[in-house]
Amino acid sequence: MFNSVMNAPPFWHNGPAPGAFYNFPGASTTPQDFRQHSQAPVTTATSIVALQYKTGVVIAGDMLGSYGSLARYRNCPRILKVNDNIILGAGGDYADFQYVKDIIEQKIIDEDCLDDGFKLKPKSLYCWLTRIMYNRRSKFDPFWNNFVVGGIQDGEPFLGTVDKLGTAYADKIICTGYGAYIAVPLLRDAVEKNPNLTKVEARQLVEKCMEVLYYRDARSFPKYQIATIDETEGAVVEGPIDVNQNWNLAHMIQ
Amino acid sequence: MSSIGTGYDLSASQFSPDGRVFQVEYAMKAVENSGTVIGLRGKDGVVLAAEKLVMSKLHEPGTNKRIFNIDKHVGMAFSGLIADARQIVDIARREAANYRSQYGVSIPLNYLNDRVSMYMHAYTLYSAVRPYGCSVILASFEENGPLMYTIDPSGVSYGYHGCAIGKAKQSAKTEIEKLKLRTMTCRELVKEAAKIIYLVHDELKDKNFELELSWICEESRGVHEKVPESVFAEAEKAAKQAMEADSDSDTEDM
Repeated sequence: MFNSVMNAPPFWHNGPAPGAFYNFPGASTTPQDFRQHSQAPVTTATSIVALQYKTGVVIAGDMLGSYGSLARYRNCPRILKVNDNIILGAGGDYADFQYVKDIIEQKIIDEDCLDDGFKLKPKSLYCWLTRIMYNRRSKFDPFWNNFVVGGIQDGEPFLGTVDKLGTAYADKIICTGYGAYIAVPLLRDAVEKNPNLTKVEARQLVEKCMEVLYYRDARSFPKYQIATIDETEGAVVEGPIDVNQNWNLAHMIQ
Repeated sequence: MSSIGTGYDLSASQFSPDGRVFQVEYAMKAVENSGTVIGLRGKDGVVLAAEKLVMSKLHEPGTNKRIFNIDKHVGMAFSGLIADARQIVDIARREAANYRSQYGVSIPLNYLNDRVSMYMHAYTLYSAVRPYGCSVILASFEENGPLMYTIDPSGVSYGYHGCAIGKAKQSAKTEIEKLKLRTMTCRELVKEAAKIIYLVHDELKDKNFELELSWICEESRGVHEKVPESVFAEAEKAAKQAMEADSDSDTEDM
């Protein structure tokens, strides 16, 4: 008798368990087939080519926004002048770039408001970018970008890059995306032969890289922008510039 | 004062029987104890000028500024309690940044004016808070031309061609009325503004002051900034000369 009290029969056969409503039989558990879209880029931009020469920095990038292999948008600027001593280039997800760009632009306004005569410096922006990129990758929701920061700090040119994991390094030659495989060897070779490039030489070299990349990178576009920064002429973004195309060889290729 | 001892001046949330809110009137008194600030709106921009009274020779020159940047295209000058004004400046900056982040364009001045005056007005409604002890002048340069508004501690605001707040606002207004503001350029207005500040400064009561001048016009590329050093020096020189000429003619009269 005592045992039957301890193991009472079900209170309400096939009904809800005490404290649990809507416990329908056969209901599925949590969905297994979801996909988190924020962790894949949508509209993407391809390589950035950047080169530090004796007194300044050149950064170039084309103006294509791709949907995978579809050349979707043809007028996406992604090289910008941040202030008088910083230029910035970005590859990867275009929406993420625009979001970060808006934050940076507000940062610049906030700094101008302080009116203390100080301006954001390239190494500071570079370091700040490593923080936001690393922070987002640590949340498993990275900004899908490669940023290339160029500028002049204390009279010296600076060139650095940050990727979507927050990995960062400074170098005299930086190319992201496909350019890292095609343009870097060209630039290294040229710099090895002529270590003291002038502004004109550096620019010509970067323009050559943009041309080669257009022939070889299927996600590239013949319209690009180029930014230069040095102490005498300041930060200037030029473009759109067209690649000098020459397809005379094409008929010889079967 | 009729208000003292009646008990109706203890709270901003209560009218007096004759329909006044004494706390708001006291806040306006706080503004009238502070250095004069004027704004002149000409055909190509706005000039702001402030008389910053220096209480002690031991103070560092150039501190506690009375003219602030709110956004690239907006400037603000205040008269009254500096600590109160800084909070208004902060609110205005936040509103400007918020508008920019939402709409991607800079905030139109009439929107900013509405938001800041609503904020100041809210502080005239409750017994737990006191009104802001400052008046502010907002200035900007937009597509349709220059704009200027003044907001009182009561939260009331008006658009102006020329306005003055602070100690000598009456005599400053009389001086401003003599100018043909609609036809004048900022270059001319800077000099006039400096002259007026020097003219209305009361040497007997307040010995030392610093002149502050800012502008937002075509010459400053639509950006609010302190006037360039050369322009400042020229304006200050002209003001001092005008004062000397004035005192010479005074002695001749005698």
